[in-house]
This record gives sequence, structure tokens and C-alpha cells, in this order.
Amino acid sequence: MAENSLEFKGTPAQEEKLMAVIEKNKAFPGALLPVLHEAQEIYGYLPIEVQQMVADGLGVSLSEVYGVATFYSRFSLTPKGKYQISVCLGTACYVKGSDKILEEVEKKLGIKSGECTPDGLFSIDSCRCVGACGLAPVMMIGEEVYGKLTPKEVGKILDKYINEEGGAQ
Amino acid sequence: METVNLKINNIPVEVPKGYTILQAAKMANIEIPTLCYLKDINCIGACRVCMVEAKQNGRPMRGLLAACVYPAEEGMEVFTNTPAVIKSRKTTIELLLSTHHKKCLSCVRNNNCELQKLALEYGIDEDRFMTEDPIYDIDDQSPYIVRDNNKCVNCMRCVAACKNVQTVSVIGAIKRGFQVHVGSAFDKSLDDSPCVGCGQCIVSCPVGALTEKPQEDKVWDAIADPDKEVIFFTAPSIKATLGESFGMPIGTNVEGKMAAAVRRLGEGVKIFNMDFTADLTILEEANELIQRIQTGGTLPMFTSCCPGWVKFVEHYYPDFIPNLSTCKSPQAMFGAVLKGYYAQKNGIDPNKLFVVSVIPCTAKKFECTRPQLRSGDGDYDDVDVALTTRELARMIRRAHIDFADLAEEDYDAPFNKASGGGVIFGATGGVLEAALRTAARTLDGDFKKVDFEEVRGPEEIRTVTYEVAGIKINVAVTSGLGNARKLLEKIKSGEADYQMVEIMACPGGCINGGGQPLQSDSVRNYVDYKALRSKALYDQDKNSEFRCSDESPVVKMVYDEFFEAPGKEKAHKYLHTSYVPRGNKMK
Repeated sequence: MAENSLEFKGTPAQEEKLMAVIEKNKAFPGALLPVLHEAQEIYGYLPIEVQQMVADGLGVSLSEVYGVATFYSRFSLTPKGKYQISVCLGTACYVKGSDKILEEVEKKLGIKSGECTPDGLFSIDSCRCVGACGLAPVMMIGEEVYGKLTPKEVGKILDKYINEEGGAQ
Repeated sequence: METVNLKINNIPVEVPKGYTILQAAKMANIEIPTLCYLKDINCIGACRVCMVEAKQNGRPMRGLLAACVYPAEEGMEVFTNTPAVIKSRKTTIELLLSTHHKKCLSCVRNNNCELQKLALEYGIDEDRFMTEDPIYDIDDQSPYIVRDNNKCVNCMRCVAACKNVQTVSVIGAIKRGFQVHVGSAFDKSLDDSPCVGCGQCIVSCPVGALTEKPQEDKVWDAIADPDKEVIFFTAPSIKATLGESFGMPIGTNVEGKMAAAVRRLGEGVKIFNMDFTADLTILEEANELIQRIQTGGTLPMFTSCCPGWVKFVEHYYPDFIPNLSTCKSPQAMFGAVLKGYYAQKNGIDPNKLFVVSVIPCTAKKFECTRPQLRSGDGDYDDVDVALTTRELARMIRRAHIDFADLAEEDYDAPFNKASGGGVIFGATGGVLEAALRTAARTLDGDFKKVDFEEVRGPEEIRTVTYEVAGIKINVAVTSGLGNARKLLEKIKSGEADYQMVEIMACPGGCINGGGQPLQSDSVRNYVDYKALRSKALYDQDKNSEFRCSDESPVVKMVYDEFFEAPGKEKAHKYLHTSYVPRGNKMK
């Protein structure tokens, strides 16, 4: 698995929070799963630095932590961007060509689904049905829903975000 | 003892309560095939090869049962070979093969593979399900272990050996479903992990997914090179295991045949006896122990012969580094003796000596690469190549030497003789026993005891107190790094107070090393192969010309001609070493 390309930027406050979570759980058998859940809440994802802290704190090996972190699809090893893009690949959207939408987003941002741009602005994921099949194909950026998309429109929408951020792309 | 009565294929058996169906069936002389189950190591009921049908109260039980984990019950009727059972096993094996890289012809486990054996027994169609092309990169970065996950069956035996037995836990299952595979955290190379290199993963593997880093070709090249003088030396335990690779019963001592076979690998190839440097280690180590006791040095002193154990301390217990004896291992001592003393004595350029050790161990491959064990201002390694017992067996096979029919020969002079103390280095407790023999005689010239049976045997941790010349010596012995960890924690907490501690990384010592011939689950699950191999060494010790290391004429010769005396400056320069803390994190 590719390691995330972003430098780990954990803060002392986050670490303090994580340590409290570990302290609270470490006496219980099977503490690893709840601790990883909360660790992801705190950091947004589970980089090697965070997994190492969990391993050390709970007295389990890093390979065990990594095994659990990669078993459950809800855990992410890559960070999420400031703008989290989620392209629906559910049946209705897929039939309406949402795979082309995802492809366009990936091409435009130069990263693959599951990854985050090096500046930390955008991350891409796919999802299964956001309950807006009437608007298919649908993509969400943060809480904003964009429907009846064409690949051409995707570029314009993303440009809007990029320009807002001062043309960082 | 409470027992249960049941029938296996209509044969009535009475077994202790708590026995699994697998164990009960063996009592009726019926073996149930297994793949993920390995006695004392892994019992997770995952592979579904050991499925059986059963009836209780005359009624069929629901589904098939996994015999390795299902307990035998009173009145149960078990059927191990019904059409339903065979069909299930067959499909399971065919599914396992659907993602298996079936390069059997060139596989190191060809003819010695548990999956191949099952496939043959069940007459499977290896192409029934679509085969995927190899998808995993081979990890051969470390100097000792190669992992090819394209041949892995995900039995988790290696993971269990690493995590549960050795408590090192540098490998684990990654991802899920079709993507599941075994590897180190963040899919990094094993070489980036705090692996100690013991190789217990390899001897647990049923297939060709794990092997030692093969180095036979380097040795063949050196044998063919007219500029090189090739010298082999074989570790104490090799004589007790090499025969297994040639179909001999476990525990056959093949010392004489081994010497004859190595000599036949090529013109001018010499074979020396590493039991000699085991003796040399004892003289240095016994002297070091007495020094430490008499001068208030760091105690307990830990033995340092086992490179897996040494690396374990360097990674996980660096605070204990001062406790490790500074003595080099017998392998490293032999390298120094050959490229120092022997080369000088015979007027040979050390660069032209090609030194091959044959060891039961994969960690020794790492040991050879330690910068502390380079000589001549860092020009050359004292030991050029360390071969496992399996690699030596492969070389003998490639040379088509008629191993079983060879007449016995002796090792080459001058390093041919050794004491019984050197011989037993290969079994847990042996190093300590040999050290006690010599230390006791050094402290008290009239000391007669040579058999220190209390430190032998299979108990996890053995502790004994001896009194010699008015000095009380508390000793402890253990093997397996999980046990070592327990012992270290006791020492750390001050709960235990010892003067000398022997630890071997592999359970049972070198006779069960990660480089030893592979015994399949059908042997390991039922036969105490470790006891049989150890017995070969203790029998040889009992019949040795002399029992104590300090009686060895070869040891006397090297001190007289070169090293002067144990602990002296020259001995220290050549025969002692240093250690480095390595950290317990992924690189």
C-alpha cells in the first residue's frame, strides 16, 4: 500500500486526546478497535505515526494494529482533504456515466480515488448512492451536492474551489 | 482423569476429556489431514481441510466439523472419509490453488510441500478455478528470509509462530477477503521491521512462501574458483538433523557421513568441526563469568551464542546489552580463528580463504553481515557464507552424492576434535551445562560432576542453584523468545536473581532452528521431534572421548600457539565482540 504522501501534522492537543483514549481503554480486552475508531476521529485518518502511538500505548505490535486498520474499510490510511469529494457509483449514477465523472475528477486533480492532493485541499472517494438518484450522476463536495453532471461541468466546479483557495492548483 | 468415549470410522476410542476430534482420531490410528493446524503453534480452524462428518445420538450433526478445534464428545460418531468430506476437502484445496502460483517444478518445497501432498492425495484439478497471475512482489530484502506471497495459503502458521511463540510479532494478516496477505506493517519489507531473523516462520510454513535467503550458488562459485580455498565447518546440531533430508529417521547422528559428503562437494574442500569453537566459546565464557562474579561485573551474564537472541536483546531489551557475554558466537569465533590464526599459520592470504559455516539458523546469515565481525581493517567478513542445514542438503543432492551409503569419515585436522560439552551446544541447556562443567573445574580442581541434567529437558524455564568452591551460582535456562521475555521481565522486576542465563531463540535450541530440515504437520503434530534430535547430541556427549571443553587438545593448541589464555589481550581482540541497540520500531 502506498504510504500517504502528506507529511504527518499531528498537534500536541491531538496526541493528548489520543493518550487519554488509550488510557481509558487499555485495560479492556479488544481495546484496539474502539481506540482506532477514536484515533480516526481525532486525526481524520490513521497514518503510521498514529498507529505506532496506538501500538505502543496498548502494548500490541504495529503489525497487529495495521492488520485491523486495513481489515475494516471505514478506516482510512490516507488523510482527507479540506474538500472531501465523493462520487456516487451507485446503480443509477453508474448507468448515467458516473465512472466518467470520477475519471474526470481524478484526471483534473492528478490523484486516484482514496488519495489526497499533496496540498491537502482535495481528497477523492467513491460511494454507493446518496439518495439523490433523480439527479444522477451525482457527486458531493463536503456537504454540497452536485447533480446531473457532465465531465465538462466537473472541471468548472473544481475550478471554483481552486480559485477560492487562491489558485493553489 | 475424565475421559470420553466415541467412535471414529466405527472404531471405538476412549480419550481424555478436552481432546479434539483430530487428537481422538489419531488414537484410533486415523490421521485427519490438516493445513493451518500446527501443534503448539497454530490452532484456529481456518483452512477447512480437516473437516469431518459426525453423528450425535444417532442423528447427523449440522454441517461438517473442523476436527482440529472441535472437542471430542461422549457418544459421538465421527466419519473422516465420507464422500461429503472428501468433496469438501477437494473443493477447499482447489480453491486454495486458484490463487496459488503453481511453479512447483522450481519451488524449493517441491516434494516437501503440504499443499502439494494434499493435492495429490485428493486427486484435485489444479485448474478448476481461474488462476490469477502472481500479484505480490517477492520480499528478499533481508539477509535471511525470503517471502513469496504468491505461494502463501494464508494458514497464519508463520504469524502465530512470530506472535505467539516468539512474541516478536513483526508479521500479520493485512487487508481482507481476496486481498488478504501476510506481511509487515504498512507492507514494508521484513528488513525494515524489528525482526530477529530466527526463521521459526520458515519452519512453520506448509508451502514455499517462506524460505531462507539462498546462498548455495555463492559457495558453488567459490568451489569452482581455483584462487579460493573453501573451508566448511558445521554447527553442533547439524549432525543430528541433516540425515532427515535424506530420508533417515529423526535423531540419526550422521556426523561421519556429513564429513564425507562435504569433502565430495569439490576438490580441496575441507570440513572442520564447529564443536571445537563451541569449546573455545566455553573457555572464554566461563572465564568471563568468573571475572564478572569476582570483580562485581554486570550480572546475570547472558549467553551470546544465539544470534536471534542477541538481536532480540538489541531490539527489545537494549538495557540488557551489558549483560550479554562479549564472547563471539562459535560461528564468529571460527571465522576469526580461520582468517586470523589459521591463515597466518599456513601462510594463506585471508582474502583467498572462503569460509562457509553450516548452521541450523537463519539469524546466523545476519550475524555474518555484522560490521563488528569484519576483519583486516574491514576488508573481509570472517565468515563468507552461512548455509542452513537445508541448503547443505540441497548442495549434496545437486552433487548427486550417495549420502545414505557413504562410509563415515572424520573432520579435517587440525580442527577435528571437540568435547561432549561442545556437542550439546545444539540443544537447549547445552551451553550452560558445558560452561558449568568448565567453570566448576576451574574454580575447584576436584569437581567431579559432569552431567548437569537439571538444566536439560523440555520445561519452559529451568532454574537451578549450584555451589562450587564456596560460591553459589544461580542459573536459568530457557528457549523460545516468548519464554525469554518472561524470564527477562522477572529479572527486570528483581523477582529473580541469577548469575548466568542461557537463552536460545528457537524453542528447544538449535536442533529446532529456523534453518533445520522441514518436518511437515503430519510429523510435528504427533512426534516429539525436538526430543529425538536432542537425544542424538546427548548420546554423543555421553560417549565422547572427553566431556569438558577445557580438556580439548585443539583448544589447548590454539591458546598455546596464538591466543595465549582465555580473556588475554589477543583472545579478546579475536574472540570477543560488541552489540548495538537497534530500536523496536519499523524503519
